[in-house]
Amino acid sequence: MTTAVTSAAFRYLPIVILAVLWQAASDFGWVSTAVLPSLTSVFEAGWRLLDSDDFWGNAGASIYRGGMGLLLAIVIGAVLGIGMAWWRPLRVVTSPIVEIFYPLPKSALIPVTALWLGFGDASKILLIFLGCMLPVTIGAFNGARGSEQTLVWSARSLGASRLRTLWDVVVPSAMPELLNGIRTALALSWVLLVASELIVARRGLGYLIGFLGDGGNYDGMFAVVLFVALLGFLADRVYQVAMQRALRWRE
Amino acid sequence: MARIDDTLARSADEVKWSRLTARLRGAARHLIGWSPVIVVLIAWELVARSGTVTPFMLPPFSGVIARIASDTMSGELPIAIGLTLWRALAGFLISAVGGVALGIAMARTRLFYWFFDPIISIGFPVPKIAFLPIIVLWLGFFDVSKITMIVFNSIFPVVTATVVGVYGVEKELIWSARNLGTSEKALTWEVLLPAALPQIFTGLQVALPIALIVGVLTEMAMGGYGIGASMQTASRFADSLGVFAGIIEIAVVGYALVKLMSVLRARLLVWHPEALEPTTV
Repeated sequence: MTTAVTSAAFRYLPIVILAVLWQAASDFGWVSTAVLPSLTSVFEAGWRLLDSDDFWGNAGASIYRGGMGLLLAIVIGAVLGIGMAWWRPLRVVTSPIVEIFYPLPKSALIPVTALWLGFGDASKILLIFLGCMLPVTIGAFNGARGSEQTLVWSARSLGASRLRTLWDVVVPSAMPELLNGIRTALALSWVLLVASELIVARRGLGYLIGFLGDGGNYDGMFAVVLFVALLGFLADRVYQVAMQRALRWRE
Repeated sequence: MARIDDTLARSADEVKWSRLTARLRGAARHLIGWSPVIVVLIAWELVARSGTVTPFMLPPFSGVIARIASDTMSGELPIAIGLTLWRALAGFLISAVGGVALGIAMARTRLFYWFFDPIISIGFPVPKIAFLPIIVLWLGFFDVSKITMIVFNSIFPVVTATVVGVYGVEKELIWSARNLGTSEKALTWEVLLPAALPQIFTGLQVALPIALIVGVLTEMAMGGYGIGASMQTASRFADSLGVFAGIIEIAVVGYALVKLMSVLRARLLVWHPEALEPTTV
């Protein structure tokens, strides 16, 4: 236990060094606090923000948009991907469309969704849905196509119906690649969310960052930036752990 | 004699003919490869003209092309594409050189690895676009801050790919080079870099679209001309032709860059079979 703690401490020591350097830079006046507020004042500002309704309103808006967009992308993307692998007519119709839109930079859609649905929640949800759906679809499709044909045949010859085979054989074997696709989508959703809120929004964490910065409240701005960064990082780590747990049966 | 000439002439004709058919077949295959794009574009045009959506929501493709043509004639579009490309490529080159250097240093020196590994592994999944206002605060609104933001986003895949690549170099290769008296510098340049190049190149293939996208995003957020800025202006003025023209332009530029990288990869890494499709943000 103690060795694990010391090795973790040793591993993350560079982060502590950076934090100390940051604090020292403002304490000793190496850089002006107008440009780099001290770490302690950023923490104080963050603490004050955590106490305000304003912050939670904006955080709630962001999480709602990201969550809804991602949820839609995962559900529709996974169904579409598995359907494409399972049913040929669907593949013939949709695969060219997927092929074209997959390499298109998703951030190019920010002005379009704003044009269609305005500055509110709906445009962000649509943006995140459109941007995150294709990685999920491709993951589900590749996973489902890769399911071993012998397994499918065995299930069929043992008398499983087509739907039963789909649910019990194809979906589980698509899982690893599907979950990987969702991880890509998760990272993408943060980028799209924050970027679109920075560019066109009246609420949300991205908007709050811009608002605090424009008002000259740099302590608060740094605090929210660090909060968003931390949230994105934690989301990825939590998802990674959950994914490993979900896929334990493979070992 | 005349007969032989005849057959020779005929066979020359046949050769010409078979070459022509081969070329036609190649063109047809090309056309089939592009057919999804053509189908989607035709569908776009039909839906836009059918009147089920307003031209504001979805202007016809032909109108968008006309807009792109007129912007090209006026010189507006070449300047915008030039600016976007200059920022994206400058940022990409800095990430490539800096990322490979840092990756090699990390893979070769314990101290570097110890210091940078947690920073890289924490920094990679963080949505770095959130730092944009801080970069603006430090470096202002112009190219320096945009390029910094691009480097900040696109350097991560290069570093991780380089570290993985250099670690993956066969130990026997390094030992043999050392045994033969290779200096550390020559070892890096002549053994490690070439042997790790497939992985490094994959990292670069991931980094280039990121560079373009972040470049476009910074333009949308901060203005200062370029494709992103003109799209954002168009969106603000509810000029949907301009917005859709921007999408086509970004798609074409992005496709060209991705294609260029895979051609480069095929040239540089003839000896290495696998080619990975890069992802885009």
